[in-house]
Amino acid sequence: MSSSGNLARGQEVRVEERMVQTSALRRLLVRPEMGAAAGSIVVWLFFALVAGSKGFLTMSGTASYLQVAADLGILAVAVALLMIGGEFDLSIGSIIGACGMIIAITAGHFQLHIGLGILLAFLFALLIGWVNGTMVVRTGLPSFIITLGSLFIIRGATIGVTRMTTGRTQVGGIDEAPGFELAQAIFASKLTIAGANFSISILWWLLAAVVATWTLLRTRFGNWIFGVGGDANAARNVGVPVARVKITLFMGTAVAACLVAVLQAVSFTGADVLRGSQQEFYAIIAVVIGGTLLTGGYGSAIGAVLGALIFGMVRQGIVFAGVDADWFQVFLGVMLLVAVLVNRYVRKRAMEARR
Amino acid sequence: MTTATPLLEVRNVTKYFGSVIALYDISMTLHAGEVMCLLGDNGAGKSTLIKILSGVHQPSQGEYLVNGRPVSFRSPRDALDAGIATVYQDLAMIPLMGLSRNFFLGSEPMVGWGPFRRFDTRRADEVTRAEMAKMGIQVRDPGQPVGTLSGGERQCVAIARAVYFGARVLILDEPTAALGVKEASVVLRYIAQARARNLGVIFITHNVHHAYPIGDRFTLLNRGRSYGTFSKADVTREEVTSMMAGGAELEELGHELAEFARTDAVAARALGKTASELNQEARDLQVGHYAPPDAPAPTRTDRTEAG
Ligand SMILES: Nc1ncnc2c1ncn2[C@@H]1O[C@H](COP(=O)(O)OP(=O)(O)O)[C@@H](O)[C@H]1O
Ligand SMILES: [Mg+2]
Repeated sequence: MSSSGNLARGQEVRVEERMVQTSALRRLLVRPEMGAAAGSIVVWLFFALVAGSKGFLTMSGTASYLQVAADLGILAVAVALLMIGGEFDLSIGSIIGACGMIIAITAGHFQLHIGLGILLAFLFALLIGWVNGTMVVRTGLPSFIITLGSLFIIRGATIGVTRMTTGRTQVGGIDEAPGFELAQAIFASKLTIAGANFSISILWWLLAAVVATWTLLRTRFGNWIFGVGGDANAARNVGVPVARVKITLFMGTAVAACLVAVLQAVSFTGADVLRGSQQEFYAIIAVVIGGTLLTGGYGSAIGAVLGALIFGMVRQGIVFAGVDADWFQVFLGVMLLVAVLVNRYVRKRAMEARR
Repeated sequence: MTTATPLLEVRNVTKYFGSVIALYDISMTLHAGEVMCLLGDNGAGKSTLIKILSGVHQPSQGEYLVNGRPVSFRSPRDALDAGIATVYQDLAMIPLMGLSRNFFLGSEPMVGWGPFRRFDTRRADEVTRAEMAKMGIQVRDPGQPVGTLSGGERQCVAIARAVYFGARVLILDEPTAALGVKEASVVLRYIAQARARNLGVIFITHNVHHAYPIGDRFTLLNRGRSYGTFSKADVTREEVTSMMAGGAELEELGHELAEFARTDAVAARALGKTASELNQEARDLQVGHYAPPDAPAPTRTDRTEAG
């Protein structure tokens, strides 16, 4: 460096001023899930006050909202990864219905080994996820539209095939199939803690959350998810296999939907063609409440876990409080809007404050 | 220099987009330790050419050789693996992602074993900090979103990244287009640094004032065709200017030049230009007189003018 040394030093000072030290508190506040963490506490306190004396605070009350949160939470963590990757999946609700019915027809109607039914369901889910993902990356169309199509195709086909095969829309009898005991132990057992029965799906939910969080924050693939969602072109230019990442994420949401279907089919020993309806919207709501950006590139799996927890607390809390359950949807819609506004504000502050 | 095998060479490359001829019969070489400036107006085909070089597009016709061997890149990854790194006009950076995650996107360092094999974020942070420090930028929080950096700082991250990952060829698509004069001069200095490390640099711009001080050779594109490649020894700035813009725009460029000289003598010095040289240029273009704000003008020691 000869004469340019002076300039280099001047530049250094100038840039250094820009990159001011960020306080630990501020860094904590800009985590995507902070809004949902605060929201969880507020919602819990609210129902503790309103419905605390009516059973919300009991062990069995806790078990009941965790159960609701778990089924949604499994979906939500997978949807969070997909949405961070910049895509939507509206077909997951219909995949729950289809996978549940595959198990019920295989194990209930035909009385084949339940393991076979579960295997077929997962293979089906992987195929659907792959098809969804491939169509999205090949056509370049919004995944919203592609998976909206899948939603109707899968739901309609589930109803059609089920009626053709069994003549009904609800199929039971899974509990008489070979292998049911083991399946029940894995997917439908209860853990008794202090007299209350906690569903094993809560453990599946935690497992999904740990795997998703690890993937997102500690693996190469996780970094690619952020990159692909933040700017697919930029990511492609530095060598990220964008199509593969997106297709994998769609397969992830389909598998999560199938896991929920398995948990429910084994618990209820049967399936209904309409099971899973609207779950795609609830999952998106949980993810958005959890601080994930609708446009991709920013978010967290922990946030989705908290979003699902809030969902569960509100849904059951309303019942405990003695309010008509009709009001749940109003509550949910309002919370979604509040969460979006709060998260947007926090993120804006975070980006500005560091300038 | 011309006797050595070029780092890159394209021979008679043509590129169609449907019926649009974006490039026609382009031949060009790039050697280690030189800065090749790709000049031309908007739509001349500069971006298309470098997208072929960096594996984004494949040529419709013609040959592409790296170190003398024909190649056919199917993706930017292939080009990267061959040591050809590109800093795109629309920056390959994710604004909402942290600095070190951006730095290593697509080439994450890994640590651990089996299912616990993981993205070594600590190492990523350390390296990012160290590499940025080499460019004179102190990073305190490598998790800081890239979106909070200025345009010039982002260019520096992108260049630092390319150099760190062992690029032998650095392709910069209009890195100075969105920058102020001062920031542009900083980026130009990094280009000089890369050349000093014996990298080959392809620098795309439609600003002759950024190109001329740093370029060793100039390739001029116009509507998808090449006007040829010229060594700096063979052309004056005015010749380059008139070739790329046509005589009608000379006057306007003269005004720009005077503005360049007036507003930023400091930046100009960093490029090894003296006030008197700038004055001479302004006089040549007959657009008035430039008085240096702070005398005396320094002597020329920077190597950027040596090419
Ligand atoms: N992907 C593409 N599809 C169709 N036409 C393109 C594409 N990329 C570039 N072109 C056309 O090729 C020509 C050269 O563009 P470009 O290489 O971007 O020019 P420059 O970078 O020199 O401004 C323009 O006419 C542009 O419209
Ligand atoms: Mg261009």
